[in-house]
Amino acid sequence: MTQLSVPHLLGTQDLTLDDFNLIFETADNFKEIINRPIKKVPSLRDITIANIFFENSTRTRISFELAEKRLSADTINFSSSQSSVKKGETLLDTVNNILAMKVDMIVMRHASPGAPHFLSKHIDANIINAGDGTHEHPTQALLDSYSIRGKHNSFEGLKVAIIGDILHSRVALSNIFALKRLGAEVMVCGPNTLLPKFIGSLGVKVELDVFKALQWCDVANVLRIQLERQQIKYFPSLREYSLYYGINKSMLDRLDKEITIMHPGPINRGVELNSDVADSEHSIILDQVENGVAIRMAVLYLLAGARPEA
Amino acid sequence: MQKKLILDQNLLEITISRLCYQLIENHNDFSNSAILGLQPRGKFVANRIKDKLGLLLNKEVAMGYLDTTFHRDDFRRRDTPKKANETTIPFLIEDKKIILVDDVLYTGRSVRAAMDAMISFGRPQSVELLVLVDRKYSRDLPIQPNYIGKPVNTMQSQRVMVEWREQGKKKDSIWLFNNLDT
Repeated sequence: MTQLSVPHLLGTQDLTLDDFNLIFETADNFKEIINRPIKKVPSLRDITIANIFFENSTRTRISFELAEKRLSADTINFSSSQSSVKKGETLLDTVNNILAMKVDMIVMRHASPGAPHFLSKHIDANIINAGDGTHEHPTQALLDSYSIRGKHNSFEGLKVAIIGDILHSRVALSNIFALKRLGAEVMVCGPNTLLPKFIGSLGVKVELDVFKALQWCDVANVLRIQLERQQIKYFPSLREYSLYYGINKSMLDRLDKEITIMHPGPINRGVELNSDVADSEHSIILDQVENGVAIRMAVLYLLAGARPEA
Repeated sequence: MQKKLILDQNLLEITISRLCYQLIENHNDFSNSAILGLQPRGKFVANRIKDKLGLLLNKEVAMGYLDTTFHRDDFRRRDTPKKANETTIPFLIEDKKIILVDDVLYTGRSVRAAMDAMISFGRPQSVELLVLVDRKYSRDLPIQPNYIGKPVNTMQSQRVMVEWREQGKKKDSIWLFNNLDT
């Protein structure tokens, strides 16, 4: 198989196991390319991609832009803070105006869950979801699982714990869908108030004690507390959260095995992860960032390739 | 489907030997030369050439594999994207005399993509092209090989297939297929 089963990347929920493997194998090729002296290939030179960010982003946006540039695509960047969205334009109008300028692909981040799904029903371009509210962030989950694959080779029987603010995390949901599809066992761990009510229906284990979660897992994917999404208090203070859920070196030393530490960034050092853990040899946090570019190149390449010439 | 044998195992071995002697004529002891097999099928030819040169020169000749998928000019112009293969170049391209190696030369588009891909790794001193089979009068681009195993006259509807023992075939052989009735 050389083609994805979907025309858009809206979420990892829609991807088949074949899709995952194709994306990972293509990312292997791109990873080799971005380590060459000349890191650029001309594949997407006749394609224009709009990066539309209705929400703040640094690393996802830079990563997408680098991926696009290394594939020789033309890119335009749009962020809602400097745009007509402020003047009252609807999402569909904004995007249709951009498409009228002959844009082929849209990379979009939006605060509303389902925004890219809505768009995909109304427009012709390929859409990549770069995060829709608290719903999905598929490329992050792809690069997380790709990084796990790089370290552990296989997902069969692998135990992955996702620790932190599960309720507000699109990374958690996309990771759960991806890891379950790939054959891993998944556990979520966090304070009761930060676990979604129906988390059990996703077929994951739930654990409230972070040390027990660490003892169970082979890989710990630690998430940030998303204070900006929390309208009310879910726990008394950051200090208390850090005391009960922060991971430090002495906890890892007390385990009778080595586990891999991941974090999608940005890290709040001293809150969910101590520096001695984030910078330890168990951490693959910077590998995740490098893999992010290769994964995004793979997704862009595969989606663009499937699009018949107009 | 009709098929016709172009080269059998014996003749193919003789052809590889001849190509190696021709290479030695131009590249002496290969001290500043290297072979680059084009993925996916040129690598079988490159392996054979490397082994034979190793025997003749009594030394290991530098060899790598080059994948051209992302440099092709037919991306988005074919129904499905091509699957990429591994690129491994365990030497510096800069200032080397490079010999690109492929099994069949047809339109010349893969070779153009290969030259494009190769330049990403550095500026070679010179580039030559070696092909096992040259399908004459079928070029879309002004590309001609320096070393030819076997020139053949073919029609557009025909297909040339090189089979190797490495691929699980009983014997090495080169076939010409008539695709008219398929």
